[in-house]
Amino acid sequence: MNEMIHIVNESRRRFLQVGAGLTLALYFRPGPAQTASAPTGEAGDAVLEPNAFVRIGEDNTVTVIVKHLEMGQGVYTGLPTLVAEELDAAWSQLRVEGAPADAKRYNNLLWGPMQGTGGSTATANSFEQLRRAGATARAMLVDAAAQQWKVPAESLSVSAGVVTHPASGRKASFGELVKTAATLPVPSEVKLKDPRDFVFIGKPVIRTDSRAKIQGAAIFTLDLRLPDMLTAVVAHPPRFGAKVKGFDASRAKAVRGVEEVVSIPAGVAVVARDFWAAQKGRNALTVDWNESAAFKLDSATIMAQYRELARQPGAVARKDGDPEAALANAAKVLEAQYEFPFLAHAAMEPMDCVVQLRPDGCEIWNGEQFQTVDQATLANLLGLRPEQVKINMLYAGGSFGRRANPHSDYLVEAAAIAKALGAGPLAGRPIKLVWTREDDMRAGYYRPLYFHSLRAGLDKDGKLLAWQQWIVGQSIMAGTALDGMVKNGIDPTSVEGAANLPYAVPNIQVDLHSPKLAVPVQWWRSVGSTHTAFSTETMIDELAQAAGKDPVQFRLDLLGQHPRHAGVLRLAAAKAGWEQPLTPGKAGERRGRGVAVHESFNSFVAQVAEVTVRADGGFAVDRVVCAVDCGIAINPDIIQAQMEGGIGFGLSAALYSAITFKEGQVEQSNFHDYPLLRLGEMPAVEVYIVPSTEPPTGVGEPGVPPIAPAVANALFAATGQRLRQLPLRLT
Amino acid sequence: MFNLTVNGRSVSVDAEPDTPLLWVLRDHLGLTGAKYGCGMALCGACTVHLDGQPTRACVTPVSAAIGRRVITIEGLDSKAGKAVQSAWEKLNVVQCGYCQCGQIMTAAALLAQNPQPADADIAAAMAGNLCRCATYVRILAAVKEAAATLKGGQDHE
Ligand code: FES
Ligand code: FES
Repeated sequence: MNEMIHIVNESRRRFLQVGAGLTLALYFRPGPAQTASAPTGEAGDAVLEPNAFVRIGEDNTVTVIVKHLEMGQGVYTGLPTLVAEELDAAWSQLRVEGAPADAKRYNNLLWGPMQGTGGSTATANSFEQLRRAGATARAMLVDAAAQQWKVPAESLSVSAGVVTHPASGRKASFGELVKTAATLPVPSEVKLKDPRDFVFIGKPVIRTDSRAKIQGAAIFTLDLRLPDMLTAVVAHPPRFGAKVKGFDASRAKAVRGVEEVVSIPAGVAVVARDFWAAQKGRNALTVDWNESAAFKLDSATIMAQYRELARQPGAVARKDGDPEAALANAAKVLEAQYEFPFLAHAAMEPMDCVVQLRPDGCEIWNGEQFQTVDQATLANLLGLRPEQVKINMLYAGGSFGRRANPHSDYLVEAAAIAKALGAGPLAGRPIKLVWTREDDMRAGYYRPLYFHSLRAGLDKDGKLLAWQQWIVGQSIMAGTALDGMVKNGIDPTSVEGAANLPYAVPNIQVDLHSPKLAVPVQWWRSVGSTHTAFSTETMIDELAQAAGKDPVQFRLDLLGQHPRHAGVLRLAAAKAGWEQPLTPGKAGERRGRGVAVHESFNSFVAQVAEVTVRADGGFAVDRVVCAVDCGIAINPDIIQAQMEGGIGFGLSAALYSAITFKEGQVEQSNFHDYPLLRLGEMPAVEVYIVPSTEPPTGVGEPGVPPIAPAVANALFAATGQRLRQLPLRLT
Repeated sequence: MFNLTVNGRSVSVDAEPDTPLLWVLRDHLGLTGAKYGCGMALCGACTVHLDGQPTRACVTPVSAAIGRRVITIEGLDSKAGKAVQSAWEKLNVVQCGYCQCGQIMTAAALLAQNPQPADADIAAAMAGNLCRCATYVRILAAVKEAAATLKGGQDHE
C-alpha cells in the first residue's frame, strides 16, 4: 500500500479511518428513501439505547445491533424485521450494525452462554428477544410523548416511526422524542403484538445488505484495508500432520514487497505489503517437510476400512424393539450400502481474517461466526483474557459452517503470524491472512467421509417392520471445545436425521462408529443430514417399491405421528402434480420424478425433483418443487431464497463434489476439479410455505438435505438404477 | 510505473508487470468490488470490463490493461449496468453477495451486446460466473427483468 490512492471512493473512506480505533460498523442504505448517512449518535447528542439491540438517535435513525453473522442467509434483514415490527419503525430509518464479541449480551440463546451463528438458530433464538427489544424502545418513546404532551400513554398510536395523538392530531418522530425517552426508566414488562397486527413479519422487504453488495461497497474481510496492514499467505504442509523441518527463504525475501518469512505451527508464512508479493514470495519459498507422522491414506482405503467397521456393532444411538429378530421373520428384507466423500465448503470468499496485536490485547476483523470459542482459543494462544480479544464482525462471502471452526484454525494461523512478528520491526501491524482457493481446498476442513449400511424389512402386507442402520464416520465434535456434547460415544451431529427417523417402525436400531483420522473435519451446511437424509430417503423409496406402493403414500402411511413431515410432503406432491403423469421427454430421453422429505433444525422440507436422462447417459434436473414448514414465516422471500440456494448448494454435492485423498494428499485444488453447479444447470424451483403459528425455525440449512435423495429417486424412476453413492453417477 | 485508465480516470501504479489487474485494482487502487475467488479464470468473481469486454482480472496481467478502458463495478454506469443493478435489487438476488459484482459485470456486458437474450444465451454468458449460494434462479430472472427494462414498458408493472 505504498502507492498513492488516486481513486477516491467514499464508501471505502470510512473504513480506512477504522484503524484509528473507531468502532467498525456496517452501515447500509436500505432504500431510496434513505435520509441520513451518518451513523446514529453522530448527528444528535441524545441516544435512546434501552438494551443491547436497539439504538435510536436524534437524527431519527434506528440502529439494530445484530449478534449473528450475515453470510448470505439474510440475518441483517430478518432480525431487524423483528425489532421494526414491535417498534413500529419505518423500514427506511433502520440501520444495521454487527455486534461485538460479548457473550454476556449477545449469546445465542439456544447455545447457552456461547455467542455464535450456526445450526439455523439465528431467527429461532432471536424471535422473542428482538421483539422485546423493539417493544421496549417503543414503550419508552410513547411514554416520552405522553409526558411531553401531558396525555395518557394509552391514547397514543405509533406507525412508521411516528408517534401520534389522534385526538389532538399531534405527531412526533422517534428522533424528536429521543431526548426525553432517554431519561425514562426502562420498563421491565412489555406487551408484544398479536400476530394479526404484524406489519413487517410475513411480508417481503428489500434486503438491507443488497445495495452495498451490488455496488461493490460492502466490505468483506478480504476488502478491509487498514493503515500499515500487511498481507500474509502460508505454505501449508502437503499432507496433514507433516511438520516444517527447515526452509530457505532467501529467494522469497528477494521478491519485491516481501517483508518477512516466519515459521508457525501451521507452516511457513510469507508476510508482504500486498497479496501478489506474498503469493510470489510463497512460490519462491523452499520448505523441507518432515512427513514421518503425516496422514498417507487413500480415500478408497478409508472407505474399505469403514465398510469393515460397519459389520460390527457400534455405539447405539437408538434402539426400539428387536430389529435383529424382526428381520429374521420379515417377508422381505432389503440391504444397501451408501458412500459419501469428504466435501469442501468452498465458500466463494476463501478463508481470511485480519489480526492486530497490541500491548493491551488483540483485535480481529473477520466474517465472525464463533465468537466465544474464537475469543477463548486466541486468548489462550496469546496469553490474554478472552475479553481482551476484540472481534469485529464483517460480512462473510459464504461460510456454510466453515467459519465456525471449533479449533479457530485460520484465526490461530493469523495470530501465530502476528505473534511471530512480535519482537521485530513489523510488530503491532495488522496482518491480513489470505487463503488462496488452493489453500481453502487443501488445508481443510471437510465434511467427513461417511459409510452407511442399512437393512430394512417389510411384513407380508408391505408394512415397515424393522430398520437397522450402521453409520461410520469421524466425529466432528470429539476432541474439540464441544467434546461435552458427545455422550456414550454418540456425536449427535453424526446420527441426526437417522436416529430420529420419523417413520413408524416397531423395531429400529442405529449404530455409530466414529473412527479417528488425521483429516480435519467440520460441519457443512445441514451437517449430519447431508448424509442421513440420503440413505434414509432413498431406502424408504426402495421399500415403497418393494411393497408395491406409491412413494408418497407409503411415506404418509408411516408419518401418522409426524404431521409436519406429512404436511410438507402432501403440499409438495400436490404442487408438483404427483398424481398426474410426467410429460415425456424427446425421443431417446427418459424422464423421472422423485420425492424426499426431511426434518433438520426443527424445520420440515419436502422436495419433488424431475429429471431428464439423455440418450448419452447424461442427465439434468429440470424442476424442483419444494414445500417448507418453518413455523411463522418472518420473511417469505428470504425463506424462498434459502430454499432455492439450498437446493442449488445440495445439487453441487449431488452431481459433482468430492474431495479425495491419494497417499494422504488432497487431489482437488480449485474449481476445475471441484466443480460447482452453474446457472444453466440450475433447475426451475418452486417454493411453497406451509402457513403456521408455531415459533419460527431456521431456513439456512434445511433446504439442502432432501435434494440429493429426491434426485436419486427420480433417476431410479427414469432408469431403474438405484444410486447409493454421492456424487451420483449413472452407469 | 504503469498508466491505466480506470473508471474513466487516469491513474499511475507502481507494480510489477506480471501483477494481475485484480490485485492492482484491489491492493494498489483500493477498488475492492472485484473479488478474488479462484485466481484461475474459473469463477468470474473478479470480472471487470476491458474495452467493454467482460474480462477475468485475476489472470490479466496489469501490463495487458495499458491503453485500454478498465471499468469496475465501482464505475459501472452504462444503461445496461444500471438496469442490471436495479433488477438485482428489486428481485433480492444477493445472498452472501461475494460473487455478485462479477455476476453483474458479466450480465451488463451481455445486455450491452445482446439486449434481448434468450435463456440459453444467458446461461452461456453467465456460465463462467459461479455462485456458491446458488442464487441462479434469481440471476436468470434479474437478467430478464433488466432486459425488459431496457426494452422499455416494464418499468411500471
Ligand atoms: S478470481 Fe478470477 S475468475 Fe475466479
Ligand atoms: S451470493 Fe454468495 S456466492 Fe453468490
